[in-house]
Amino acid sequence: MLLIDCPHCGPRNESEFHYGDQAHIARPENSESMSDQEWAEYVYLRENPKGLFRERWVHSAGCGRWFNAVRDTVSSRIVATYKQGEEAPISAEEEGGLL
Amino acid sequence: MAQKYRLPEGGRVDRSQPLRFTFDGKSYEGFAGDTLASAMMANGLRLVGRSFKYHRPRGIITSGVDEPNALVDLYSGTSKHEADARTTMAELVDGMDAKSINNYPLLKYDVGAVNSIFSKFFVSGFYYKTFMWPKAAWLKLYEPFIRKAAGLGTAPTVPDTDHYEKHYGYCDVLIIGAGPAGLAAARQAARSNARVWVVDDQPELGGHLLTRSATIDGKDSDAWIAEVRAELEAAPNVTLKTRAQAISYFDMNYVAIWEKVTNHMANPPANMPRERLYRVRAGQVIIASGSHERPLVFADNDRPGVMLAGAAETYVKRYGVKPGKRAVAMVNNDYAYGSILALLDAGIEVPLVCDLRQEPDGALTQAVKDRGVPIRAGHAIVAIKGKNSVRGVKVAALSEDGKALAEGEKPASQACDLVVHSAGWTPAVHAHCMARGKLAWSDDMSCFLPSEGSDANPNVSAGNCAGQMDLASVLTSGHEAAGQVLEALGMPANNAPAAPTADPEAASSTRILWIVPGEKELGYGSAKHFIDFQNDSTAFDVQLAVREGMHSIEHVKRYTTTGMATDQGKLANLNAIGIVSEALDVAPEKVGTTTYRLPYTPTTFGVIAGRDIDELLDPARTTAMHPWHEDNGAVYEDVGQWKRPWYFPKKGESMHKAVLRECAAVREDVGILDASTLGKIVVKGPDAGAFLDLVYTNKFSSLKPGKCRYGLMLNEDGMILDDGVTSRISDDEFYMTTTTGNAAPVLDHLEEYLQTEWPHMQVYLTSVTEQWATATIAGPKARDLLAEICSDVDLSAEAFEFMSWREGTVADCPARIFRISFTGDVSYEINVPSDYGLHLWNTLMQVGRKYGITPYGTETMHVLRAEKGFIIVGQETDGSVMPFDLDMNWIVSKKKGDFIGRRSLYRSDMSKPDRKQLVGIKTVDPSVVLEEGAQLVRELKAQPPMDMVGHVTSSYMSPACGRSIALGIVKGGLAAKGETLYSPQPDGKVIEVVTCSPVFFDPEGSRQNG
Repeated sequence: MLLIDCPHCGPRNESEFHYGDQAHIARPENSESMSDQEWAEYVYLRENPKGLFRERWVHSAGCGRWFNAVRDTVSSRIVATYKQGEEAPISAEEEGGLL
Repeated sequence: MAQKYRLPEGGRVDRSQPLRFTFDGKSYEGFAGDTLASAMMANGLRLVGRSFKYHRPRGIITSGVDEPNALVDLYSGTSKHEADARTTMAELVDGMDAKSINNYPLLKYDVGAVNSIFSKFFVSGFYYKTFMWPKAAWLKLYEPFIRKAAGLGTAPTVPDTDHYEKHYGYCDVLIIGAGPAGLAAARQAARSNARVWVVDDQPELGGHLLTRSATIDGKDSDAWIAEVRAELEAAPNVTLKTRAQAISYFDMNYVAIWEKVTNHMANPPANMPRERLYRVRAGQVIIASGSHERPLVFADNDRPGVMLAGAAETYVKRYGVKPGKRAVAMVNNDYAYGSILALLDAGIEVPLVCDLRQEPDGALTQAVKDRGVPIRAGHAIVAIKGKNSVRGVKVAALSEDGKALAEGEKPASQACDLVVHSAGWTPAVHAHCMARGKLAWSDDMSCFLPSEGSDANPNVSAGNCAGQMDLASVLTSGHEAAGQVLEALGMPANNAPAAPTADPEAASSTRILWIVPGEKELGYGSAKHFIDFQNDSTAFDVQLAVREGMHSIEHVKRYTTTGMATDQGKLANLNAIGIVSEALDVAPEKVGTTTYRLPYTPTTFGVIAGRDIDELLDPARTTAMHPWHEDNGAVYEDVGQWKRPWYFPKKGESMHKAVLRECAAVREDVGILDASTLGKIVVKGPDAGAFLDLVYTNKFSSLKPGKCRYGLMLNEDGMILDDGVTSRISDDEFYMTTTTGNAAPVLDHLEEYLQTEWPHMQVYLTSVTEQWATATIAGPKARDLLAEICSDVDLSAEAFEFMSWREGTVADCPARIFRISFTGDVSYEINVPSDYGLHLWNTLMQVGRKYGITPYGTETMHVLRAEKGFIIVGQETDGSVMPFDLDMNWIVSKKKGDFIGRRSLYRSDMSKPDRKQLVGIKTVDPSVVLEEGAQLVRELKAQPPMDMVGHVTSSYMSPACGRSIALGIVKGGLAAKGETLYSPQPDGKVIEVVTCSPVFFDPEGSRQNG
């Protein structure tokens, strides 16, 4: 049972949240000009790194708001949480590494 | 004679409080403070159960949570029934009723023991090897046999009437175990500002000190424990829980603790729960879970009367019970001699001790020697005499390498009724491992010790479980662990106590022999060297598994079942690892360990369920009209959590007849449906229209206030997520409806996109499902009925068209009336604030009587909508169906630009001609109603397999059409309407069908528009 620090409410049990997979993937605005392959990659494919991972969570049984977290996928430790629109504490290149 | 094995004095039992209990129907006496195991032992009960596979007679082996054999059913046939209770953990209660398990017809004469005779066939992998084929034999032969032959206790036959609670706990420091290490840690932590929890599974604090007392800080350990206990109880920051077992350790220091609250009371107060589950989130955890004494693996080491040395000591010292009268011991370490001293003190004769060590050393060894007990160095017990109870042993000198008897050695017999043995102590690393900690092999101690921990679970192991074995270092490590975690928390102890001290023990040697040889070579003769007493797996089984290619310990575990079920590495694990390492000739650390599964000890279902039972398991949601449904005999269908009326049978009426009657009423007069459960979401804000354009396939920003529109919502993969009618209330407000089951998922879906993709949009979403009650009246007389109770809305067909809504007053209530139809007839969905729902319904029923108003349920609704070819999301769709598959190209806007799922609709796969598409289906024989889910084929073959081209999604007898109708999805079905398909039935018959348009009734829509 992870303890997740909702940036709006504070630390709460994992059972109050739902997982939203990889963060910082914007929905393409130019989908018309994307190939089937490119579109399928957007819809279906996500990173699955061993190590730090920037991912989305929603505090569904609390404030109902989406936010982002950096989690170590090996230990499940959540290194940081941050609000929508805020900059991630690690870059995309640092994903899969160790802090 | 009562309690003939009870010592005249000593132990922690209260001899002034005799308690009665029964075992297999016979009555016995014990004392307060006994466990069921110690009370049984006091009465000379040796044979307490039969083993799992071979039905071998078994007795008590341990004195604690690791007991594999002495399991009983408690309070059989009553509401307090507890299956497979450990006698060693069950505190004796007056009136306790225990029954032995896994034997038939009598404990002493078990017919299943014939398995023992055939044990050559029950070797490892037996189930895999024997029960492979033929398949049919599984059901008739193998499974019933296995079920009868194996298995432990029985399931309860009556409901459990006790109640169980769950609590959340929060603390800075959680200390698991209140033995010397845990208490040393607790005393220091108590003096800090940290919130501290201390939990222990026993009724008393002290752990192993309750068995082997010592001098701590210059005083008797009982006095020291009392002092620490008083300090902990007085400290406001300490929560102390006894009879509380930490059973599971989850991520981020979330620990489940199982407390037995009233199990030990004969007459518990009615307001107290029987057990309680605490879920504690701790900043830091100190694991002081101790260790388990390890059995030696020797011939027939499972006979009743053979037990661990430390357990025998516990029965003598803690419970004042003699486990036997004359004991032979076999040990490989000095600590076990302390147990032998306890036996001698209790007046138990010890004619000899076999020590596997060539040169036995150590202070306790010397003390036993000084008492005149012969110690046979390099000797072993090589055979046990007696089946239901030990009658004697055979002792022999071992060869130098300990793998066989010494050359020319003739075993000598020694009579005894008790055998105690010890291979040393195995640290209980379960909690450390559940917390994702790693282990490292210690050559010095021949066991695995905690090494690296996980940074997600800050904890420290202390005492035995950290490999600190002598009391002085146990106390120091507990004290230091507390210092360490308090420092990490930044909460140092105020007025910190000095570390408690005890006399250090002199070093002594240990000799590891993973297998103690018997009279005959392993696998020959009838003697068995058990590793796992509960699963009946032996040293031979493990060796065989290795020979058959199981080189991973995980494979060995599954192939032989060693360490599975409730043992989870308590008794069996290390011996299995040692034997595998020898068989493979690799170091034990290369063999590794199996996973320590949670829970640490078997836990009752009651405490896991807690209050989440019956109506609290999944609360039922009911509508405002529910009292009327109750009074009028509705039969319900569960839709999500909602109780929806399925149909309203008249007295003695079948479902089929009720539905025909309800359908006819809607088509001919007027029906009334409770539609309150539909999901309702207010979409409000300046960008509401633009937002809906992005979430529906069709355009909503162009919808005029007062108008309604049907919409289809897709996932980004282009598949249908939900459908429903959304109405425009005003320029900046829409009123969305969703299917009943999808109300929450749709709101989540909308919120997700609104928050994460389009945060710039000014839109607010509010669920109002519970705020509005909806009565739908449908049928040719609906308008006349509504006109009687609504005077402020012009209901004429011209003024109030199909797919529009009006605000008005209905039955004196403020109402929104939506002229939409899911039945194909004139229909009004009347929404009123929920509190008025029942009044509205009652009024409609009363006024509607002269129009023949008939309440109808979801079944009739489904028939009526199927007649019109309207889909139900989740019935005609299954997450792989997109709009074109339903011939709904008309609802996908080509002009308005992007919406969720749009791009996916134009992937090449979506235009494949053989996609499954919606069709109507008519059986050639109109009286035949297809089964929903029935498969359809184009080419009929004599027998399966046949190429299945689709299946039936909805199927009913339609009164309006005078025949059966069905919907289904069929490969390439749209282009091939009118084709003949076949539905092969399980009984070999074939139903011939013809596909058609899915609209069976009033295709022009004149009725709903009229």
